[in-house]
Amino acid sequence: MATTTAAIHAPVQAESGLWSWITTVDHKRIGILYGTTAFVFFLIGGLEATIMRLQLMRPDNTLVSPDFYNELFTMHGTTMIFLAVMPLSASFFNFLIPLMIGARDVAFPRLNAFSYWIFLFGAIFLNLSFFFGGAPDVGWFGYSNLTSKQFSPGHGVDFWAVGLQILGIASLAAGFNFIVTIVNMRAPGMKLMRMPLFVWMTLVTSFLIILAFPVITVALVFLLFDRFTGTNFYVPAAGADPVLWQHLFWLFGHPEVYILILPAMGIISEVLPTFSRKPLFGYPVVVYSGIFIGFMGWGVWSHHMFAVGLGPLADSFFALTTMLIAIPTGVKIFNWLGTIWGGRIEFKTAMLFALGFIAMFTMGGLSGFMHASPPADLQQTDTYFVVAHIHYVLYGGAIMGIFAGIYYWFPKITGRKLGEGLGQLHFWLNFVALNVTFFPMHFVGLLGMPRRIYTYAPHMGFDWMNLLSTAGVFGIIAAVLVFMWNVSRSLRHGEVAGPDPWGGATLEWAIPSPPPAHNFGTIPTVHSLDPLWHREGPELVKTANRIGGPIHMPPGSHWPMASALGITLLLSGMVFGWWLGIPGVLITLYGIYSWAFEPCT
Amino acid sequence: MAVATATVAAHEAHPTSTGLNSRKMLFWAFLGSECMFFGSLIATYLVYRGRDQVGPHPHEILNIPFTSVSAFVLLMSSLTMVLALAAVQHGNVRGTRIWLAATALLGMTFLAGQCYEFTQFYFEGLALQTNLFGTTFFVLTGFHGTHVTVGVIWLWTLFVMAMQGRLPRERALDVEIAGLYWHFVDVVWIAIFTLVYLIQ
Repeated sequence: MATTTAAIHAPVQAESGLWSWITTVDHKRIGILYGTTAFVFFLIGGLEATIMRLQLMRPDNTLVSPDFYNELFTMHGTTMIFLAVMPLSASFFNFLIPLMIGARDVAFPRLNAFSYWIFLFGAIFLNLSFFFGGAPDVGWFGYSNLTSKQFSPGHGVDFWAVGLQILGIASLAAGFNFIVTIVNMRAPGMKLMRMPLFVWMTLVTSFLIILAFPVITVALVFLLFDRFTGTNFYVPAAGADPVLWQHLFWLFGHPEVYILILPAMGIISEVLPTFSRKPLFGYPVVVYSGIFIGFMGWGVWSHHMFAVGLGPLADSFFALTTMLIAIPTGVKIFNWLGTIWGGRIEFKTAMLFALGFIAMFTMGGLSGFMHASPPADLQQTDTYFVVAHIHYVLYGGAIMGIFAGIYYWFPKITGRKLGEGLGQLHFWLNFVALNVTFFPMHFVGLLGMPRRIYTYAPHMGFDWMNLLSTAGVFGIIAAVLVFMWNVSRSLRHGEVAGPDPWGGATLEWAIPSPPPAHNFGTIPTVHSLDPLWHREGPELVKTANRIGGPIHMPPGSHWPMASALGITLLLSGMVFGWWLGIPGVLITLYGIYSWAFEPCT
Repeated sequence: MAVATATVAAHEAHPTSTGLNSRKMLFWAFLGSECMFFGSLIATYLVYRGRDQVGPHPHEILNIPFTSVSAFVLLMSSLTMVLALAAVQHGNVRGTRIWLAATALLGMTFLAGQCYEFTQFYFEGLALQTNLFGTTFFVLTGFHGTHVTVGVIWLWTLFVMAMQGRLPRERALDVEIAGLYWHFVDVVWIAIFTLVYLIQ
């Protein structure tokens, strides 16, 4: 549709400067943007958690008001799930998937940039609520009819619902993009069963994203209609059933749990073999259990709703499916143990985090298995026992897995290794502190301390355990500070890594660190699962670095950013008013049309 | 960094692992996602059917003969869509223009019917807020109508491109993907028409 001249003469990529980052379509740069943004929100979410723990440090504390406490736990949960763990995983998808499958970029580079920008704008929009009349205060799951106009008259819920819609667009766009990238952009010879496990888990996660997010989109659309136009979706007086929200939310929410954990499982499945000097034990079985988890994740949602009273038949069904899903998860754990068994183990920081993941995730899995049983769940639901469970799987699991990935791939991203001494300190501080923080919560919960209540009376038997949990938070803060110090020091003075500092087996280690904009000089042909560990390795490295002909890289574009801005303004108009919505519509239309007709991708 | 050289179809011509076009694959994934979207909307309608505290109820208000005609119109637009794709694939410029315009006009006829139907229901006492039927009916069919509207805008965009001679045979994929969307929206209407209108 366009002339060729524009593409030929367009600069491949402006090398530096703010504008080059705004217009970039390079998956590596977008990965870095995702990672740093998400880390900032990880700190914000951590700050919210710290204030909550300070409030709970002693009984009858009055540090924060009950209202602000409600805002804190809502924003902590929403931030950590949608603005920290998911985008941190997305940053790994972005940086690594094209490198691991031997591609120059993702299938749709501009769509990829769009995902990032709309994620950033949605995240900012959600957090603006603190300054415009109060943050959402209904829990990250926003049960109806607490979210109705009657019980939440302020704008907090509007910010939450609209913010999640905007963030959902980011996830969906990324989901489509990575499915097509993985299915369609693999190097010659890389059959599905030769893909690194991280690629497999990204594929399963992407499918979960594109199928689960429409469901919460619809649930939120209903909520917004109820709040803005007075419809009856969640209004019991009109005959509606508020449990509809719970079904729709958890039908999204449980796959979401696997969206959070599968990428971390993929990361440690790369780290463990490298530092055990052994291929992943039972690779096909790990792949199949990942896929099985992805399928089964759709059949367990009502275990979040045992306390609703769905009846013995539904409860039994969901108890059984929940217990069943523990099997593929257990299979994976045994495969990881099988991988390190008899290996020549190097206890580098990345390896420590990966081993920490196995231990902590197993503990979280065991407590999860306990509330798979409805009678046990009725005792534990809405107590700190559940808080302990989610933090073992999401902090001890997902975040530890992400840290394993950061230590493992930092040299590939920056060209320098993270300091090993500070890394070990980070790991041990983090490992001890997370157990000090979250382990007592099991007991506090079983003793009956409810979640989401801003204080508790003295002499209930859990005063000292709450104090201990709060003390642990300062250990986690110390660990995160050590990590940040390590990053800032290593960026300048870290040991120069070279292309393959760990002796990895997968394609990303065949090319320089940091990789050139075009990744591979010539796309190599792959003959095995661990190409760099095979006889083909040295030849493959040569091919990957040899520029065999002209390389076409897509030029940068600012239309993805403009479109993302337009859509965000358009949707913000629901909260702020038509004066923001109308320009939003115009910018969106202009952005999308300019994008569609921009010369040559 | 190598010098960037490209041809218009560099991206399109790039061989893919499966041999399938990436844009088409993206679109199929998108339609999978849309199935969950409409699935949730339709499931909600079905769950809430018959739970209204006050009327009007579906059987008092739904006009099956009228909607059968507009459903027929929408189905016929799928036929013209197929003809438009065939025309562009054969490099038939005139046919491409005619059938794209015909598809868009049929879509607009359907939308006009929906506008008429909505106003009619409103005057008969069924608003968005009246009861659960009003709430679920208008939101479900309204979202379908929005999808048809997006499709109509898309078709007119292609029509303008065809008029400017920017829709040669090599770009048939643009029409094919719009067609995938259009047929999907049609299929969703068949499900809605059956579940909402025919099986009350």
